[in-house]
Amino acid sequence: MPLLRLLRRLSQHLNPVLFALMVLVFALPSHASAAVRIAAASDLRYALDDIIALYRAAHPNADIEVVYGSSGRMSTQILNGAPYDIFFSADIAFPERLHAAGMTATEPAVYALGRIVLWSNTLDAASLTLEDLSSDSIRRIAIAQPAHAPYGLRAQEALQATGVWEAVQSKLVFGENIAHAAQMTESGAAQVGIIALSLAKFPTLAEHGYHLIDEALHNPLTQGYVVTRRGGSKPEALAFADFMTTPEAHEVMLRYGFVLPN
Amino acid sequence: MLTLGPAEWQAFQVTFKLCFYTTLILLVLATPLAWWLAQGRSLARTVVQAIVALPLVLPPTVLGFYLLIVLGPRGFIGSTLESLGLHHLAFTFEGILIASVIYSMPFAVQPLTQAFNNLGRRPVEVASSLGAGAVDRFFSVIFPLTRGGFIVAATLTFAHTLGEFGVILMLGGSIPGETKVLSVLIYDHTEGMNYAAAHSLSLMLLLFAFITLFVVYSINRRFEVVKL
Repeated sequence: MPLLRLLRRLSQHLNPVLFALMVLVFALPSHASAAVRIAAASDLRYALDDIIALYRAAHPNADIEVVYGSSGRMSTQILNGAPYDIFFSADIAFPERLHAAGMTATEPAVYALGRIVLWSNTLDAASLTLEDLSSDSIRRIAIAQPAHAPYGLRAQEALQATGVWEAVQSKLVFGENIAHAAQMTESGAAQVGIIALSLAKFPTLAEHGYHLIDEALHNPLTQGYVVTRRGGSKPEALAFADFMTTPEAHEVMLRYGFVLPN
Repeated sequence: MLTLGPAEWQAFQVTFKLCFYTTLILLVLATPLAWWLAQGRSLARTVVQAIVALPLVLPPTVLGFYLLIVLGPRGFIGSTLESLGLHHLAFTFEGILIASVIYSMPFAVQPLTQAFNNLGRRPVEVASSLGAGAVDRFFSVIFPLTRGGFIVAATLTFAHTLGEFGVILMLGGSIPGETKVLSVLIYDHTEGMNYAAAHSLSLMLLLFAFITLFVVYSINRRFEVVKL
């Protein structure tokens, strides 16, 4: 049989272990993709997990998968055909751009307003202010990358409005998204981080205090979402998007420090 | 078309500095290591060979994650430095340099090992019997006969460090002028939907990578030292 002969020849040339692995991989059944796939900004990491758990409790057959990352990356991916059905951005500007590009099934809508806080694993952040960041005792401050992460841009605005931007610039380290900035701070490698209130309220991080940054110091973190063109044809996706506007979902968002629109 | 702003130049400088030092350090470290590896087969050599080749297989983020832990203030190396009154190495140029040396190690060690293997023991034994000392043997016999291997090792190390991304993203903190390399800047441009800037930088890196590989293959044809 030619196929067998080919396999035998292949196996002689390949490392036997590698060959066994290949056979195993091809023999495994591939997983069907999730019914609803969500792209969400990193500041939602804990809140949205809780909301999805609530949704699953009410709809035991719901098949939902969520990927967290920076809003900018998610929109670039969706623009280039990434298979996401719903996009929860940290800044409504990104869903609006996707809408303008004709990639969406619904109008971009606000689902929450975010807040930023000073948080630290090594210092008492509750008694810190933005002005304190220019002090010599603080060597490294983590923020998200302002070029593409909305929370990073708001952190930059707040530092500029306080007048310490120039003084702290050489101390800044940039996380790829707000969760990465929080991780840099949690590792202690950066002493202070400007992170999302929704992350600082997660139990493991909530062991340490935080200082809520005055919202007058930065543009509002208007968080918007949109159902993508791909998700528009899926009733499950539209149903989950509707669930975000229910009192149960709102209660979770409030618990994580989000401000609800209106 | 190819317009470069100050941020781009700064990233260029950091990247080339990183590539240069990584190549320099690796040539010094990899030469004795590759020589030892070329001297035969033993369990110890196989273990070392496997460790050196690890970065070829491991996702860079795994390496970056562990290095952040080890070099950071709570890690073994970072905390030792802090207790000596020095600063830990996360988010520093030295930190990403250490990461690059580890990450590009196989690209220096493997061509050199092959070059030393091809050389065989005979020329060194002859030189030794004629009374040449270790240093003399290396510079008068080994190096001239394996210089193609050295050029390939240096070029591949340089080119590979140029394309490094995941490790630096995890460990570097993308500080302009310190740890923000070209690949991270390109990533930021694409994330920020700034595609024109991403295009011109990417195109330049693409050309550079091609030229590098072209050089490697030309040398390879002339010296026939390394199978790539």
